[in-house]
Amino acid sequence: MRYLPHSDHERAEMLGVIGAADIDALFSAVPKKALKSFDLGLPAHSPEFLVEAHMRALAAKNHAGADGPFFVGAGAYRHHVPATVDHLIQRSEWLTAYTPYQPEISQGTLQMLFEFQTQVAKLTGMDVANASLYDGSTGTAEAVLMARRLTKRSKIVLSGGLHPHYRDVVRAYLKDDADLEILSASPEGQGDILDHIDETTAAIVIQTPDFYGHLRNLKTAADAAHAKGALLIVVITEVVSLGLLEAPGALGADIVVAEGQSIGNALNFGGPYLGLMATRKEFIRQMPGRLCGETVDADGQRGFVLTLSTREQHIRREKATSNICTNSGLCALAFSIHMGLLGEAGFTRLARLNHANACTLADALEGVPGVRVLNKTFFNEMTISTPLPGAALIERLAARGILGGVPVSRLIPDDPAVGNLIILAATELTSAADIAALCTALSEELQ
Amino acid sequence: MSMNNQGRPTGTGTSGFASTSGSAMLPNEPLLFEIGDNEHSGVDLPEVKISGDRLSGFERKSPLDLAGLTEPEAMRHYVRLSRLNHSIDSGMYPLGSCTMKHNPRLNEKMARLPGFADIHPLQPVSTVQGALELMNQLSHWLMTLTNTAAVALTPKAGAHGELLGMMAIKAAQDAAGQSHRTIVLVPESAHGTNPATAAFLGYSVKPIPARADGTVDVQAVKDALSPDVAAIMLTNPNTCGLFEPQVIEIAEAVHAAGAFFYCDGANFNAIMGVVRPGDLGIDAMHINLHKTFSTPHGGGGPGAGPVVLSAALAPFAPVPFVRRGEHGLELVEHEEGQALGRITAFQGQMGMYVRALTYMLSHGGDGLAQAAQDAVLNANYIKARLAHAFSVPFDDYPTMHEALFDDSFLAGTGVTTLDFAKALIDEGFHPMTMYFPLVVHGAMLIEPTESESKQTLDRFCAVMEELAADAKAGNAERFTSAPMKAPRRRLDETRAARSPILKWEKPEVELKAAE
Repeated sequence: MRYLPHSDHERAEMLGVIGAADIDALFSAVPKKALKSFDLGLPAHSPEFLVEAHMRALAAKNHAGADGPFFVGAGAYRHHVPATVDHLIQRSEWLTAYTPYQPEISQGTLQMLFEFQTQVAKLTGMDVANASLYDGSTGTAEAVLMARRLTKRSKIVLSGGLHPHYRDVVRAYLKDDADLEILSASPEGQGDILDHIDETTAAIVIQTPDFYGHLRNLKTAADAAHAKGALLIVVITEVVSLGLLEAPGALGADIVVAEGQSIGNALNFGGPYLGLMATRKEFIRQMPGRLCGETVDADGQRGFVLTLSTREQHIRREKATSNICTNSGLCALAFSIHMGLLGEAGFTRLARLNHANACTLADALEGVPGVRVLNKTFFNEMTISTPLPGAALIERLAARGILGGVPVSRLIPDDPAVGNLIILAATELTSAADIAALCTALSEELQ
Repeated sequence: MSMNNQGRPTGTGTSGFASTSGSAMLPNEPLLFEIGDNEHSGVDLPEVKISGDRLSGFERKSPLDLAGLTEPEAMRHYVRLSRLNHSIDSGMYPLGSCTMKHNPRLNEKMARLPGFADIHPLQPVSTVQGALELMNQLSHWLMTLTNTAAVALTPKAGAHGELLGMMAIKAAQDAAGQSHRTIVLVPESAHGTNPATAAFLGYSVKPIPARADGTVDVQAVKDALSPDVAAIMLTNPNTCGLFEPQVIEIAEAVHAAGAFFYCDGANFNAIMGVVRPGDLGIDAMHINLHKTFSTPHGGGGPGAGPVVLSAALAPFAPVPFVRRGEHGLELVEHEEGQALGRITAFQGQMGMYVRALTYMLSHGGDGLAQAAQDAVLNANYIKARLAHAFSVPFDDYPTMHEALFDDSFLAGTGVTTLDFAKALIDEGFHPMTMYFPLVVHGAMLIEPTESESKQTLDRFCAVMEELAADAKAGNAERFTSAPMKAPRRRLDETRAARSPILKWEKPEVELKAAE
C-alpha cells in the first residue's frame, strides 16, 4: 500500500515499545460486538494505473464544456483560468497547508488572504471583506442572519430575481420562519420589492444582474431600505460583472455577497466554489467567517494573523455569530492570483469582452424565428422565450452537441408561465462560431 | 522600517530567515498592491467596442483601483509567498483533530480531468452520467464504511454537515409531532462547532461533563435526558483521542428517551474500516473528506462534509441527490415528500468527491482499515515514547489517533504550552494543537496520522524529549523568545484585534504627493 510507510517489522517493533500484544489491544475500548465484526465487501487496494483508468472512464461519460458550444450559466460560469493560476495553487505550500493558526509559519497564506480581502473590498466598493465563505448561496443565508443580528429586526424580503437555489438555501437556514417574505419571480425584470419594506424589515435581498440577467437599480433600493431603517443585501452570482457595473458599495449596499467562482475557479459540477462577503466597517463584529488582519511581530516587522476570532465558534461556542469554522482558502487563492494577473486593466477588459459577446448573442438570437429576448438590460446573461418547452429544447440541442443554456423550469418547476423560457450566458470563451451553431440549431429545431 | 512604499521591485530584499520549508533565504515579500499597478496585466485579452445600450446607465463610475502583475511578476510573488508557509509536504504537521495526512497527487490529477472539472452543475443530466455515477460510488463507500441507510453529499464542510445533520433531526421530530424537544446535550469536550450548530437551530445547549478518565459519563447523559431533549451531539473517537467505551449504552439511552444520536465524525480516520458507526447506534454523522479521505486542506479550505443518516432520518435528506431511474441515474433537485430543502446551490463539493473516491479506490477497504490501525499505532507510539517526559491526563484506555498531554510537566518552569509550541517551530515541526480540548489544562494534542514513518516519529519524539528536558532545566528563554528561525517572530494578535487593519490602503505620503 503505497501511502503507508510502515513495514510489518516496524509495526511489531512499535507495538513492543507501546507494550501491546497486537493492534487489537489498542482498540480495547471498542465494544467487542462492534470491532471488525463485519465483512466490508469493498474492493481491495488498487495500483495507480487501474485507479486512473477507472476515474478516466467515469470522466469520459460526461460532456465537458470544451467539447462543444456552451451557453450554460444561471449561477456558475465557464471562464478561462490562466495556466499560471492552476500551477501556483498546486504548489505544496499552498495546497497542503492547514488553517493559518500558527501565523509565524503561515505568512504566505495570511498575506494572500489580506490581499484577497483588499481585492474583494475594492471590487464591491465596501470597507471590509472576510477571508471567504463556502459559496454565494450559503453566504446569502449568512448575510440574512447577520442583518437580523445588526438590526434586531426579523423580517427579510427576498427579491423575485434572486437565484432560486439561493432562495431555497435561505429558506432552509430560516426553516418555518414566518418573517421571511419571498417575492415571486418576474422574468421581465420588474421589481416591486420597494413596497414590501416596513419598520420591521431587517433587510431586503436583491441580486444584480438578477437570475434572468436583468440589471437592478440598487440606488433606489438602498434609499428605500435605509428610509425605513432596513439594510440592503446585494447578491452577485457573476462577479465579472463588477468590471463594468458600478460597485454596490457606491450605491448604498450594506452587505455584499458574491459567488467568486468565475475568477480562477473551474465549474467543477457545482463545487468547490467561493463565497465572497463584504460589508461596512461598523458591521465587522457581526460578520461571519474568518478575517485576516495586519500587525507586527516581536521585531517590529509587518506580519499577518487571523483576527477578531472572538466572534467565532471555537471561542464563543453557542454564542458565536455562525457555526462556520472554515473558508474556501484555496479557491480564494485562485481568485486572488487570477485577479492579480488581470489587474484593473485586464479585469475591465474581461468584463467588456463578456458583455460584447453577450450583445452579439442577443442580437443573433433575436434573428431566430420564434425566439424573443426578454432582456432590455443584461451583462453576460439573458432570458429567451421560445415556442417549445425549454427543457425539451435544451435536450435536443444537447443531442446535437450544444449545451444551449438552462431551462427555467429546471429551477422553477411549479410555474407553468416559465416553461418556455431559457437562460443563456456568454463569456469570453463564447466564439462567433459557437453563436452561429446555436442559432442554426435553434432555427432548425423550431421550424 | 517603512512598509508601504516599496514600488515595483524586480527583486526583493532577503532577511536571512531559516525556513521550515527548506530554504535559508526567505524574502520579505511586499504586498501585491506594492508591486503591481493599474496599468500592468498578466492576461492578454482583445480590446472590444460595446455598441448599444444594454447597461442602461448602470456603468461603473468609481475606479476599481486593482493592482495588476505581469505573469513573471505574479509567478515570483506567489512562489515567494508560498515559501513562507509550512505544509504537510514540507514537514510533519502533528495537529491534533486536524488530521494532516499525505495528499496524493493522483487525486489532484483526476480532479482536473475535463470530464470532472469542466462540467456545469446545470447542464442536462443526460450529459453528466459519469459524474452522477461517481457520486453514487462515493455514496456506496461512505454508507458501507459506516453501515448506514443514506448519505447526503452536499455539505461544504464539517460544520456545514453538522448543520444539515441537526436540521434532519429537527425535521424528523417536527414531522413526528415532537417539536417540543428543544434541548441538545453537548459534552464539554466537544468542538465549538457543536454548540454553535445547536444554538443556530434554536436549541438550548446542555453541557455534559467529562469523567476523570476523559470519556463521557453515561450516568450524566441518562440524568440529563428528558422528554424535551432532541439529541445528543457526541464526538467519537472524542477530542481527548479516546473511543467512548460505553457509546452503545449511550445510544440506547438516547433512543429510549425518544432523542437522536448525532455523532461528530471529525475523527473517523481512526476507525474507518475497523468500526462501523451504524453498529454503535448513531443516527447522523458527518465525515470530513479532507481529514479522512485525504483531500488537501488548501490553507484552510475548501472542505467537504457529507453526512450519513440512519433509516429514521433518511427520508429527510436534502436535495439534490442521485437516484437510479428508468433512463439511468437521475438528479433529484426539488423537494419530494419529507426532504428538507436545499442547503447549498448545486451538488456540493464535486471536486472533493473525485479526490476522495480516488483515495478510497487506491487504498481499498483493506488499506483504509490498515490506515486507521497505523494512525492509532502511531499515536500510541508517541504517547508511549513521551509519557516519561510529559504528563498524560488520561491513561485508562489506549489513545486512538491522537495523543493528549497537559501542561503539568511544565509546572514551575515559566514555560507555557504556547511557548513550547513556538519552540517546536524552531526545530522544523509545525506545533501540535494547543489548549484544546478545554477539559485539560494547557492541552497539547498530537496527531501524527498514518502517513508518518517510524523514522520521522522517532525524530519528532527525540526533539520533544530534548525540549521537555531543556524546559525543566530552566532554559525558559529558548521558549519564551521562540520562534527565532521562522519567517516571523511572535506576532502581536492583541494589536490586530484592537485596531483591525483588514485591507491595504495607499500610504498617506503617496496620496499627498498625488494631490
